[in-house]
Amino acid sequence: MWDYSEKVQDHFFKPRNAGAVANANATGDVGSLSCGDALRLTLKVNPETDIIEDAGFQTFGCGSAVASSSALTEMVKGMTVDQALKISNQDIADYLDGLPPEKMHCSVMGREALQAAVANYRGEEWKDDHEEGALICKCFAVDAVLIEETIRANHLSTVEEVTFYTKAGGGCSACFEGIEEILNKIMLERDEEEVVAPPPEPVKPAKAPLTNLQRMRRIEHTLEAIRPQLQADRGDIELVEVDFDKKIAFVNLSGACSGCQMAAATLGGVQQRVMEDLGEFIRVLPATEMGKF
Amino acid sequence: MSEGIYLDNNATTMVSPEVVQAMLPFFTEQFGNPSSIHQFGNKVGLAIKAARKQVQKLLGAEHDSEIVFTSCGTESDSTAILSALKAQPERKEIITTVVEHPAILTLCENLEKDGYTVHYLKVDGKGRLDLDAYAKLLTDNVAIVSAMWANNESGTYFPVVEMAEMANAAGVMFHTDAVQAVGKIPMSLKDTKIDMLSVSGHKLHAPKGIGVLYLRRGTRFRPLLRGGHQERGRRAGTENAASIVALGKAAEMAFEHMEHENICVRAMRDRLKEGLLAAIPNCFVTGDPDNCLPNTLNIAFEYIEGEAILLMLNKQGIAASSGSACTSGSLEPSHVMRAMGIPYTAAHGTIRFSLSRYNNMPEIEKVIAAVPPIIAQLRKLSPYWDNVNNAPLEEPEKAFAPAYA
Ligand SMILES: Cc1ncc(COP(=O)(O)O)c(C=O)c1O
Repeated sequence: MWDYSEKVQDHFFKPRNAGAVANANATGDVGSLSCGDALRLTLKVNPETDIIEDAGFQTFGCGSAVASSSALTEMVKGMTVDQALKISNQDIADYLDGLPPEKMHCSVMGREALQAAVANYRGEEWKDDHEEGALICKCFAVDAVLIEETIRANHLSTVEEVTFYTKAGGGCSACFEGIEEILNKIMLERDEEEVVAPPPEPVKPAKAPLTNLQRMRRIEHTLEAIRPQLQADRGDIELVEVDFDKKIAFVNLSGACSGCQMAAATLGGVQQRVMEDLGEFIRVLPATEMGKF
Repeated sequence: MSEGIYLDNNATTMVSPEVVQAMLPFFTEQFGNPSSIHQFGNKVGLAIKAARKQVQKLLGAEHDSEIVFTSCGTESDSTAILSALKAQPERKEIITTVVEHPAILTLCENLEKDGYTVHYLKVDGKGRLDLDAYAKLLTDNVAIVSAMWANNESGTYFPVVEMAEMANAAGVMFHTDAVQAVGKIPMSLKDTKIDMLSVSGHKLHAPKGIGVLYLRRGTRFRPLLRGGHQERGRRAGTENAASIVALGKAAEMAFEHMEHENICVRAMRDRLKEGLLAAIPNCFVTGDPDNCLPNTLNIAFEYIEGEAILLMLNKQGIAASSGSACTSGSLEPSHVMRAMGIPYTAAHGTIRFSLSRYNNMPEIEKVIAAVPPIIAQLRKLSPYWDNVNNAPLEEPEKAFAPAYA
């Protein structure tokens, strides 16, 4: 089953603030159509100070939906309404020490319930602008709707471009077939449109593809950010060479890190960070392996 | 054996200790290639032959040469359908059902992209087919019908013997995914018109990664894997000897326990059903309880979600599974439950208990005691539940109507 953090399990098995708040003056009811989960958030807000004095939740949903709701109520208590609105779904996930990518939508639901409750408190009507599709890229949690919108907005036509704009497909590449399907569908529509209308003005990509030099700098930048952690454990890391054709970055692990049992695990973590910052797949290997490729 | 109560046998089963014993020598002593003539492999061919006979007996097949060993149920399913299409290139249609396992459905969806037409037979609220609608679709354009013998989620049977007769009369090939049925109910394929049938070892106490395609003698066939002459050229690749021997032993044991399965296992399942339905309000059995596998019980607990139930059961050492979206990673509740028209608020709370002959009555009583408090605890958290009256809200779907994203 899911790889839930201790924190998630704790909030699921011992939910905080379960049930509706007595004398609530703000209620937010939201659901996620894609997975059928639903949440009612009730708040008691002090009208003088705008401070949330109490919060309660009722959730129809899975383990991480319950945990996200419980975490949210803990987070908002004592905040002003404006402070609470600044909470992002990533903040909720971070509070729980992370959620599996397939479960991030549970934290999205929490944030939306909060917005809906605040709107209710202020006598406004809350409209949801967030649409969610089937999860395509599991490495970077990118869904079909985002991919479709990005392809349309930027007139993309290859998987590489989609990866570049959305990160989807930048990890294990298992979702290439799924991305290709979305591309084909949109390109077919595009062909049909083009019969009646002249081709739309191509939109300039928001960012041009990176040169190798730029990519190299990014990798170095990421490694710089990681170094203090390693140095704290009396180790260090240094970039030696990048082979962009083979998509490998070779590094020297030194000090306490080299030869340590954890070297492989460390490199795995480094690779994940580098990949996320670079937005494309790359392997990180010790420089001693350089001759083998 | 580990402690805990394992009621997830439709997902996979424990390998019987006797089966493990039977397969061990084929890793250590008789590890040779069955095609070799030296002493390291000379007994392997005979052992495979014996296993083929054991499977033949369990299926009630006329000839042992009708048994083709494959790597899993999924491979058997793919082989059957792709073979029928290749052997009859002029036929471009497939008939199947909306509640098949992904091993069939995903393949069919992919074939649609290649230009084939797939007819998906619908089911009613109890998971039953409309045979009149089926009869109308049986034309010369259809290459193959594929309908499962028993559904993996609800346990409900399709009338495959009758459906095969109808297909045969119309000159159409018939395949059934019997992965859940084989070993649980008696079969006599020689008395049917079923042309092809899929088996998976790990559902009947053999290991994972071994399967069988039953291929009626005379059925036109094109192999999926070509290469060596193994399995008479119908499935190339050096035989997975140890697992084949294991599946043979498991088939023999399933045959011996057939009565036990249909009397004792069924009695435990029935007791579980009565016990849970009596103790818990607002729950119901899905599928067709009068026409279903002896080991399977699928209950929908309304207004709560399945993964949450499973996590709490797991804490007490009880293993089951759920049709909830959240356990699958697909973000969709089970296609089987949706096809039967089960509302979202119930489909998400479906739990499948699937038993085996390794369960016992005291375990069942423990489960009957453990489940009701879990359901009550989760309902306390549910926005559809009225905690004052301890019942669903009046008109729950109106009382709580969230804005859906
Ligand atoms: C009905 C059905 N068909 C096919 C399969 C796939 O079998 P295997 O796991 O051996 O590929 C399963 C098992 O999950 C099943 O329940």
